[in-house]
Amino acid sequence: MKWLIDLFTSSLGRKLLMALTGLFLISFLVIHCTINAMIFYNDGGTTFSHWGHFMGTNPVIRTLEVGLVAGFLIHIFQGLLLWKRNHQARPVKYSVSKDPKSTWYSRSMGLLGTLLLLFLIMHTSHFWIPNRTHQFTQGEELPLYNMMFEVFSNPWVVFFYVVGCVSLFWHLLHGFASAFQTLGLNHLKYNGIISFIGTAFSIIVPFLFALMPIAVYLKWIN
Amino acid sequence: MKITLKVWRQKNRTTKGEFKTYQHEHVSPDMSFLEMMDVLNTELIKKGEEPIHFDHDCREGICGMCSMYINGHPHGPLQTTTCQLHMRTFKDGETITVEPWRAQAFPVIKDLVVDRSAFDRIQQAGGYVSVNTGGVPDANEIPISKNIADEAFDSAACIGCGACVAACKNSSAMLFVSAKVSQFALLPQGHAERKERAEKMVAQMDAEGFGNCSNTKACEAECPKAISVSNIARLNREYFSAMVSSYKVTVGGGE
Amino acid sequence: MKFESKTPEGPLAEKWTKHKFNLKLVNPANKRKYEVIVVGTGLAGASAAASLAELGYNVKAFCFQDSPRRAHSIAAQGGINAAKNYQNDGDSVYRLFYDTIKGGDYRSREANVYRLAEVSVNIIDQCVAQGVPFAREYGGLLANRSFGGAQVSRTFYARGQTGQQLLLGAYSALNRQIANGKVKMYTRTEMLDVVVTDGKARGIITRDLVTGKIEAHSAHAVLLCTGGYGNVFYLSTNAKGSNVTAAWRAHKKGALFANPCFTQIHPTCIPVSGDHQSKLTLMSESLRNDGRVWVPKTAHKGLKAKEAASIPESDRDYFLERKYPSFGNLVPRDVASRNGKMMCDEGRGVGATGLAVFLDFADAIKRVGRDVISAKYGNLFDMYKQITGDDPYEMPMMIFPAVHYTMGGLWVDYNLMTSVPGLYALGEANYSDHGANRLGASALMQGLADGYFVIPYTIGDYLAHLGWNDKVGTDHPAFKEAIDGVNAKISKLLSIKGKKTVDELHRELGLTLWEHCGMSRNEEGLKAAKKKIQELRADFWQNVNVLGGSNELNMELEKAGRVADFMELGELMVDDALNRKESCGCHFREESQTPEGEALRIDSDYAFSSAWEYKGENQPEELHKEELHFENVKLTQRSYK
Ligand SMILES: Cc1cc2nc3c(=O)[nH]c(=O)nc-3n(C[C@H](O)[C@H](O)[C@H](O)COP(=O)(O)OP(=O)(O)OC[C@H]3O[C@@H](n4cnc5c(N)ncnc54)[C@H](O)[C@@H]3O)c2cc1C
Ligand code: SF4
Ligand code: FES
Repeated sequence: MKWLIDLFTSSLGRKLLMALTGLFLISFLVIHCTINAMIFYNDGGTTFSHWGHFMGTNPVIRTLEVGLVAGFLIHIFQGLLLWKRNHQARPVKYSVSKDPKSTWYSRSMGLLGTLLLLFLIMHTSHFWIPNRTHQFTQGEELPLYNMMFEVFSNPWVVFFYVVGCVSLFWHLLHGFASAFQTLGLNHLKYNGIISFIGTAFSIIVPFLFALMPIAVYLKWIN
Repeated sequence: MKITLKVWRQKNRTTKGEFKTYQHEHVSPDMSFLEMMDVLNTELIKKGEEPIHFDHDCREGICGMCSMYINGHPHGPLQTTTCQLHMRTFKDGETITVEPWRAQAFPVIKDLVVDRSAFDRIQQAGGYVSVNTGGVPDANEIPISKNIADEAFDSAACIGCGACVAACKNSSAMLFVSAKVSQFALLPQGHAERKERAEKMVAQMDAEGFGNCSNTKACEAECPKAISVSNIARLNREYFSAMVSSYKVTVGGGE
Repeated sequence: MKFESKTPEGPLAEKWTKHKFNLKLVNPANKRKYEVIVVGTGLAGASAAASLAELGYNVKAFCFQDSPRRAHSIAAQGGINAAKNYQNDGDSVYRLFYDTIKGGDYRSREANVYRLAEVSVNIIDQCVAQGVPFAREYGGLLANRSFGGAQVSRTFYARGQTGQQLLLGAYSALNRQIANGKVKMYTRTEMLDVVVTDGKARGIITRDLVTGKIEAHSAHAVLLCTGGYGNVFYLSTNAKGSNVTAAWRAHKKGALFANPCFTQIHPTCIPVSGDHQSKLTLMSESLRNDGRVWVPKTAHKGLKAKEAASIPESDRDYFLERKYPSFGNLVPRDVASRNGKMMCDEGRGVGATGLAVFLDFADAIKRVGRDVISAKYGNLFDMYKQITGDDPYEMPMMIFPAVHYTMGGLWVDYNLMTSVPGLYALGEANYSDHGANRLGASALMQGLADGYFVIPYTIGDYLAHLGWNDKVGTDHPAFKEAIDGVNAKISKLLSIKGKKTVDELHRELGLTLWEHCGMSRNEEGLKAAKKKIQELRADFWQNVNVLGGSNELNMELEKAGRVADFMELGELMVDDALNRKESCGCHFREESQTPEGEALRIDSDYAFSSAWEYKGENQPEELHKEELHFENVKLTQRSYK
């Protein structure tokens, strides 16, 4: 098994973990976003709650959720570790860094990731943590749909959610294509489509997410 | 032309360095950057000041020896080597800041001279085809498609200057390493040792203290030989497939 | 002094095979008991060090750059010759031999040149096996081009970066042996002396360029693969660090120096732009395949490239096409260079300095289109534009000859051994194969032939006769004495603290040589040059200013040591040129011309290689002659009309 440890402690192996967990988290975003978007049916939360209930109780999904938490933790832990090592790789910094030839967000994944982490802490403590705690202790779910109205009535919360979504947009804009590059999936024939899907994804998903608190706050949904 | 130069001066590896400012009054737009430095050095010697040390040799953009970080860019604002950069690129009266390559793995030896022997050690770890002199097949017994040969050449064009490391915010050496691994991964001659090569070179790269690639592509944008990041993707493929399938795993680099 | 060429007897084509058989072998188990020092890791040195280590010898290799990969060989552009006859156009080992010996104007040893042609085919096989990405045809086989006026296509190439790819191949072989522990590599280390005891080379003295530490290294044999000395002219196409120091110090320890005045001037280089010029950039010879060389028929002072179009066809003199109708723009380098200079001497040169001629691609672009030209020469055009600011697609290039290669070097016998037993010279550092003029694409061939396929055989013979016990340790007084000598020289250089920089003095030396010992030479000029160089040398030792200390990285000190040696070499070059009162190859003595102004060889008096012996500080050197015997080729006057 030494080879496996060697693999995942090598610089490339750590990047591999980042890419794999990143793509896994992206797939989670798709589901999360799809279900949450059910609120736009504006049917008093019937569809939303139906699917929310399914996600919260289905044994397969619940098992996968463990993987999801692990995925988050690995992604965060490796990200911080890489950030630290990359920092150490240049002990003396340059004094001039003018118009660099790379995008700012590709250079700021650590920063964007940290913002997302803060957001995540806030977000999970709004919904997921209380809900699961309640499930464990009381055996039944909380009314998430109603909680949403309560949480998003505070303009500051809405503001921070929007900031979180903007961070997510930049994080994905680099992360999506970057994951493919790390996995070695770089080919002239497919690079165009990867980058197109990546950009589209990074715009659509965070946009939909951001729309939710705004829509609730502005009472487009009731 | 007249310019103001801010140059990093550092006596040796252990002493602390600092920027010194020089007014350079005798600059012609036709000078190469290094010639401009030569003229400045002559003036310094005449004044009894030690000349600024910098690496250079071919002055043709091919040996990879020259290495100055000029105004925030390795080899200056154009995508070329320092020796091929000419003063007509700069404006009269401009202030130009010159720093050495900065990376843990490239310690400063003196002024603008850094130690890039880490690159050699990475090559020694596996950047070769194990054939002895003599006893090889006729050159035309190994047909190689022109496209593959051209692509291998594109990777092989790397001059080992280290600008990719200097440009990378993480001081990652991935572009350099991937270029070499790619050359041999593309050519049939390299196939026999393909797996060990990727494993050993990456292990050595890690042991040298370079940072990790985060795909910002600054390396590609600054590389004087336009080595493509598609090489890095190839290195990733080579490495992962080697690690999960090689017979005997011998990783762990060393000095 | 006794010296023999050790050329084997027998028919030309069998000499090398027979010789290899007659050479004594070292038992495989005993090879590891021998140590060999290789100074220089360019094509010659890297290939030799790797091959010897593969055989089992313990090798120590040295270079002054920070990595073996940066040796000057990296800059070779055009290609490497080999008698593969892959193109079915009539090439053969014999033809390559013949072309090389004729190209060298019959001033090289037949047996050596034949061997070179013979092993040329193995070089390509070796390099391909190492993964050198040579150019290929669509069918997957190797491509060739005709180069430097050759009538057959025998040049293998890797875009415009052949030297780089070949060196990276040799470097990879060297790296493999470093990893195996068979080669110990010393980078940023300069050799400053050879140690000789009982008439045999026993080791070297080096300076660690980073710490300044002077060290002794002993071995059973020493190989000098330290490249050429074109930088004696200050401006040349060589890398800035290229120097004669290793060869020169060996010369002072008894190694004969052969044909020092044979320097090749390359016709297509970017002209000098001002006093700040630090080196000259070669524009590949291949450009002459499509470019046409011309000057205006009447002098136009300061004609710029932009204005070239204003000169009508009828007022242009395509002088190479006019004078040499059958070879046209593809005449050999020496002929092209000399004619270019003649035009400038007549006042018809172009550009701000009047020291340039046009190389025009307008016709070629019209004929085959811009895309084809760009595919062939794109990188060269870009480089030209980068350096000069002019775009060669829009206007002609301006070119002028520049010092490029030194055919002269340490005298070696057929085994590549200098006149000091156990001391070998390989690659451009020796004088062996190119006579008075080197053909394009044959220096790479020679460097690799020496390193991969000659020295591994010939060194065994010396070592087997020597025995591994016959080695002198670094505690021997001869090492101490050599170290003291090196230290004394360094202290002297640092103590002068005069008024002139090393570069200033070097530039003066270069100008003097260029003026009088460059493209054309005459008795009067050479004598003046000799005097001037002696004065310069005296001035150097009184007036040079080298700052900094000896125990640190001190590039001025490195330069000063090299220039001190150039000063001495320069005088010997002039002596050699004075002595050779014929014109041959690159050496054009104005006193010896045909009625049409072409070079006139005098075979009756000068069919020899001059081999100079050092006789002590400020003593005239003694000339020895190695008579050249031509049994297989008929000596003809070269004609490219
Ligand atoms: C611009 C240019 C283009 C060329 N193009 C071609 C071409 O297309 N085809 C062709 O055949 N030839 C070409 N040549 C010529 C050819 O490149 C050289 O002749 C050849 O590469 C010399 O190889 P070498 O191994 O002998 O020496 P080099 O490559 O010069 O190596 C010398 C080595 O010696 C070391 N060294 C020197 N002195 C010392 C010292 N005192 N102590 C320690 N180390 C020392 C250096 O560090 C270096 O490693 C070209 C030359 C130039 C200048
Ligand atoms: S990849 Fe480019 S920047 Fe990096 S060492 Fe090679 S040539 Fe220099
Ligand atoms: S000096 Fe050789 S690449 Fe710049």
